[in-house]
Amino acid sequence: MPAPTVLLGAVAYDPKVVTIWEGFRTWLRGRDLDFDFVLYSHYERQVEDLIAGRIDAAWNSPLAYLRAERLAAANGTAVRALTMRDTDQDLTSVVVVRADSPVRQLADLAGRVVAVGAVDSPQATLIPLDHLAARGVTVDVRRFDVGVGLHGDHIGGERDAARALVAGEVDAACMIDANHLAFVQEGTLPPEGTRIVAQTARYDHCNMTVRAPESDGVRLFGTLLLGMSYADPQVRPLLDLEGLTAWREGRTTGYDVLADAVDTSGFYSPDGRVTATDYRP
Amino acid sequence: MSATPVAALDLGDLGFGRGAHLLVQRALAGLPPGGRLAVSGRDPALRVHLPAWCRGRGHRVEWPDRGEANELVAVVVRGSADDDRWFGAERAGPALPSALSSRPPARWGLGARGALLEAGGPEARFDLDDRDLVWADIAPHLYAQAAARQWDPQTAVPWDDPFALPADVEAAVVQVMTYLVENEQAALVVPARFVGRIHPHFREVVQLLAVQMADEARHMEVFSRRALLRGAEMGTSSAGGRQSLFTLVAESDFALASFLLSVLGEGSFVDLLSFLHEFAPDPVTRRICWLAMQDERRHVVFGMAHLEHQAQSDPLLRDRLRAAIHRRHDSLVDTAGLNADVFDALVVLAAGGWHPDDVSAGFDRVQALQHAMDQGRQRRLVRLGFRADEAAALSALHTRNFM
Repeated sequence: MPAPTVLLGAVAYDPKVVTIWEGFRTWLRGRDLDFDFVLYSHYERQVEDLIAGRIDAAWNSPLAYLRAERLAAANGTAVRALTMRDTDQDLTSVVVVRADSPVRQLADLAGRVVAVGAVDSPQATLIPLDHLAARGVTVDVRRFDVGVGLHGDHIGGERDAARALVAGEVDAACMIDANHLAFVQEGTLPPEGTRIVAQTARYDHCNMTVRAPESDGVRLFGTLLLGMSYADPQVRPLLDLEGLTAWREGRTTGYDVLADAVDTSGFYSPDGRVTATDYRP
Repeated sequence: MSATPVAALDLGDLGFGRGAHLLVQRALAGLPPGGRLAVSGRDPALRVHLPAWCRGRGHRVEWPDRGEANELVAVVVRGSADDDRWFGAERAGPALPSALSSRPPARWGLGARGALLEAGGPEARFDLDDRDLVWADIAPHLYAQAAARQWDPQTAVPWDDPFALPADVEAAVVQVMTYLVENEQAALVVPARFVGRIHPHFREVVQLLAVQMADEARHMEVFSRRALLRGAEMGTSSAGGRQSLFTLVAESDFALASFLLSVLGEGSFVDLLSFLHEFAPDPVTRRICWLAMQDERRHVVFGMAHLEHQAQSDPLLRDRLRAAIHRRHDSLVDTAGLNADVFDALVVLAAGGWHPDDVSAGFDRVQALQHAMDQGRQRRLVRLGFRADEAAALSALHTRNFM
């Protein structure tokens, strides 16, 4: 009997993506899964190819997952989150001002300039801007469009927003919680030089999106991913590169915050069409 | 909350921007996976940074009930990633060189000897990984001695001492210096070719060879500087001399290269430097020859110790050494050997004057030098286990170029 197969799609937001999936490919093929991958330059085509059946699994951003869900529903099918990283669960975004800023609370940002990441970044643009809008705070948005189409995977937009904050070019900047910590630790933001004035609700990030019902190959793929151990020296460097210590069962309870933001901003239509203006992935 | 924390940590005002992770890490290290740590603190960003930090390290976070109005930020549930990372880790042998591995594995690679090595990582190919081929127990001691006796070419040599030599004597010095520089170049390149091949487990040998290379670098400098101290032109370099040195550099077997370079070549060189120290016509030449001689003695001691160690464990070593001498002799049989200009310059220096009696005495002294070199080579060959008559025969086959 031929080995079950899986063709995965991943977005090449960084050269390390090749190292990661080449490594996983070797590991998975050693466990009787005929696994291969293709790389996309942005998430939109990857999602369309998943729904069209050209790939079996898509290593998706949360935004890409939401679009997949909508596209599938529109054609009477369904997708599900097979797995996700432990680090994909319970993230938050923060709105940060300089420590000496007169802004004490979110409402004080009304009418001020707020730096965000790329147009399609869930964590640095869509979710925090929705957080502000939901609280009736209207701001002047200054966007840092680095890596458009990568759904915020490229850290450049967030870092540029942080730099603009330090330079005094903007009044506030939005970023994911872990990047605020990283920017402080790497020196992009001076320690104690910024103040967090808002933190969003918790949300989930990437997942391994597959069509439901799954094929045998996809089921085996999920089982093998969940079986990857951080104690295994063959995969540990790959897990480190991919930024996880363990794969978890996929869950979709953490996407409501982003779904609201997508609807409010009109990023995608309910049937999954790209409706955001000036979004050119 | 679901369970009672077993440990508590108060970070005070310390935040993650200034090292709070160290305290959290330290507290978690004392807990088993699944152990719970209640973290409190007053840094305003703590509620954002603590969970973000935990997430990246595989620790889970539990949130206090909203009603709990104190400085408790969260309860961290220790994950297993820290332990998993060290699953299958091993020590890269003993830290001290007392019980070295006879064949350290490639996977130890560049890890410090004795370090706890995370599993995985590259299989570094250091092909000189056999203790018997590389090691000598005296290496750590010789390294320490070598490191302690490094000298500064600028301050260790009386460059400014006044002296003036007749032009032909100065020319003889320049010729000998030119010859020394090319020999020192070879003596630097030969260990350089092996240093990168020796398994770092035998690090004292690598360190010793590195210092040996630094020695040769200084020798090149001081001999060049003396050659140009009074003029702007170097002496001659013979094709045969360079051919002889090239056969040294081309030897790819560590033991054989060490034998040809240190035991035979540098051993003879110690005699040459001693001769030059005795007959040097000026204080600068005298001093640099003495300094270089001290270093070269050390090189010979290591070469001998390393080969004596190996000869004990490998009865066939002597056959290979013998063959190496023959091979080198055969490849040099059609060359002129020592640069005639060098030989003549040595006679001029040893003569100390141009009277026929002076020249005759100088000639005798150079002959005595060659005899002393031959005797030294024979002594060292006998120490390596060759019979006296064979040692004499083999010594006679050594390159006429001395090195």
